[in-house]
Amino acid sequence: MLDIKNLHVQLEEEDKQILKGVDLTVEAGKVHAIMGPNGSGKSTLSYVLSGRDGYEVTEGSATLDGEDVLDMEPEERAAAGIFLAFQYPVEIPGVGNMTFLRTAVNAQRKARGEDEMSATDFLKLVRAKAKDLKIDADMLKRPVNVGFSGGEKKRNEILQMAMLEPKMCILDETDSGLDVDAMKLVADGVNALRDEGRGFLVITHYQRLLDHIQPDYVHIMADGKIVKTGGPELALEVENNGYADILAEVA
Amino acid sequence: MALPKVKQDATDARLAVLDMPSGGWSDSARQNALSRVRSMGLPSARDEYWKYTKPETLVQPVAPSAATFHSDETPVFGDVDRLKIVFVDGVFDAEASDAMAMEHVTIDRLADAPDIHWAKDIYGELETRGQTPVHRPLAALNTAFASDGVLIHVTGKAPKPISLLYRHEAEESDAILHHVVKVESGAELTILENGPAAARFNKCMEIEIADGGILHHVRAQGRDHQRRAATAMFARLGAESVFKSFTLTANGVLTRNEMVVELTGDDAIAHVAGACVGDGDFHHDDTVFITHDALNCESRQVFKKVLRNGATGVFQGKILVKEGAQKTDGYQISQSLLLDDDSQFLAKPELEIYADDVACSHGSTSGAIDEEGLFYLRSRGIEEGPATDLLTIAFLAEAVMEIEDEALQDEINGRVDAWLSRRRG
Repeated sequence: MLDIKNLHVQLEEEDKQILKGVDLTVEAGKVHAIMGPNGSGKSTLSYVLSGRDGYEVTEGSATLDGEDVLDMEPEERAAAGIFLAFQYPVEIPGVGNMTFLRTAVNAQRKARGEDEMSATDFLKLVRAKAKDLKIDADMLKRPVNVGFSGGEKKRNEILQMAMLEPKMCILDETDSGLDVDAMKLVADGVNALRDEGRGFLVITHYQRLLDHIQPDYVHIMADGKIVKTGGPELALEVENNGYADILAEVA
Repeated sequence: MALPKVKQDATDARLAVLDMPSGGWSDSARQNALSRVRSMGLPSARDEYWKYTKPETLVQPVAPSAATFHSDETPVFGDVDRLKIVFVDGVFDAEASDAMAMEHVTIDRLADAPDIHWAKDIYGELETRGQTPVHRPLAALNTAFASDGVLIHVTGKAPKPISLLYRHEAEESDAILHHVVKVESGAELTILENGPAAARFNKCMEIEIADGGILHHVRAQGRDHQRRAATAMFARLGAESVFKSFTLTANGVLTRNEMVVELTGDDAIAHVAGACVGDGDFHHDDTVFITHDALNCESRQVFKKVLRNGATGVFQGKILVKEGAQKTDGYQISQSLLLDDDSQFLAKPELEIYADDVACSHGSTSGAIDEEGLFYLRSRGIEEGPATDLLTIAFLAEAVMEIEDEALQDEINGRVDAWLSRRRG
């Protein structure tokens, strides 16, 4: 589904190479985890895939079901099925969470040539999904992410993901800032979306999240490249021994 | 002291084309106002108070013509249950208006009010008080020459809003309207205003709110793009009274809205807010002066301007806290969202405080659209145009939320929405 080939990326503003040849294929129905030390390029990868400004692709490609993702506007990528759960969800004062969700859902439906969802259907759906994530009516009414706790923000990301039903879910350190209960809630939300037709790329520092979201593959990223790939046991190795051994081994 | 020759000539030229209506009870106020205009002179570009807004077209003897504009859209407040009072190019239109009667409210026309009238104590009086420390000659001119207006007396809770609707039919029209509103103790009213009014519109509203009275004011200034308007509101608030005013301006080549509020009774509350969205040849000026002259009063000024394609926004806002006005809570914010490099926002926030136990804060910012927020919205599939619109409405929200009534908030948001989608085509 998602094919990343030899992806090289540098910052637009300074001549600094961040990704130095990433190769990765995420198949439908699979969960891939990316782990790696700070500054290895994990978040950059998620931003480049979702279309954030400030990065320049100097070499390589990324395609979703054969379509060139890197050439699309962020909203086109979203409509094509890419979703990024932000590490730091953005606060948008003045825009109600509900308005935001409904605008997003209908914008994507429109882009795909589908009819807009009626207000009643939308309400029903959002209430059901919100309930699973323990998001109350007040959180739906409040401005997007404004005054939300760290855990509430992350749950709100998963709610958006559940409403938008993307093909390719990218989670950027969704576990950061979460206590154990909140992490469980978020993981349950992600697991509920696991499906044969959907791929996941879970970026995390810690193995803990992967106890709840069982990955099919674990990749270790270092200095802009994937340096090692394995099964869930690789995450345990990192948890027990840190990155030093693995990095020494591949050096 | 003699006026500078240029100012003298401009004032003479303007006065030469005006006829003072014979107003019975208002005659002495009008004569008084005329002599004040003569001694102050009308505004000129050299006046400090007109540094950011050119007054020439507001002062010149003949109004610059303005094309009228008609659309099939439901006008703002169209769905609100209200008592309509219609002025066409500054002339009362009885046929288009509702019967001027409502429980707890009496309404008279300025033009045909009887010889002795309650408004005599207010007409020109609050306007005169508002001339210190800053001159507002256009308001004095208004008091002297206003040809029409309404005198609204509220003695209890009004069952529905009074809606002043200003239509513009003649391309050369030059209207001067003067309203007086008196809200008695414990009474409550909402006043709505909308419409372009005339090619050039000089409007003054004097508002006296007795102890415990409440007045809400929500205004949407008309779409006719070439129109010009200079408006002034003078409000005097008694103890525990509430005055909340909001204005949306979405078009108009030149608009100057002055607001002068005096908190004279303890525990009074005054909120004045404005949102404007300007595109291209658009100049909008909010000039606000709030005086705290009693204990424990609260005032808020919230002004937001969205500007693009070379539009200009001006904010001059002052909080004056007089000696003894302890426990004053004053807040003032003026912000602009500049959608391109050609637009500009000029702000002059001022605080002048003579009491030592007060909380006053003020802030003024100018900024572009929040790129982080924009990316967040786009990453969820919302196109750049609609995402920018969402952020624009969000930017204005703090001002719009100052309107207490949610249905009226929706009316205003609907207008902003329509404006944004017209711009997007």
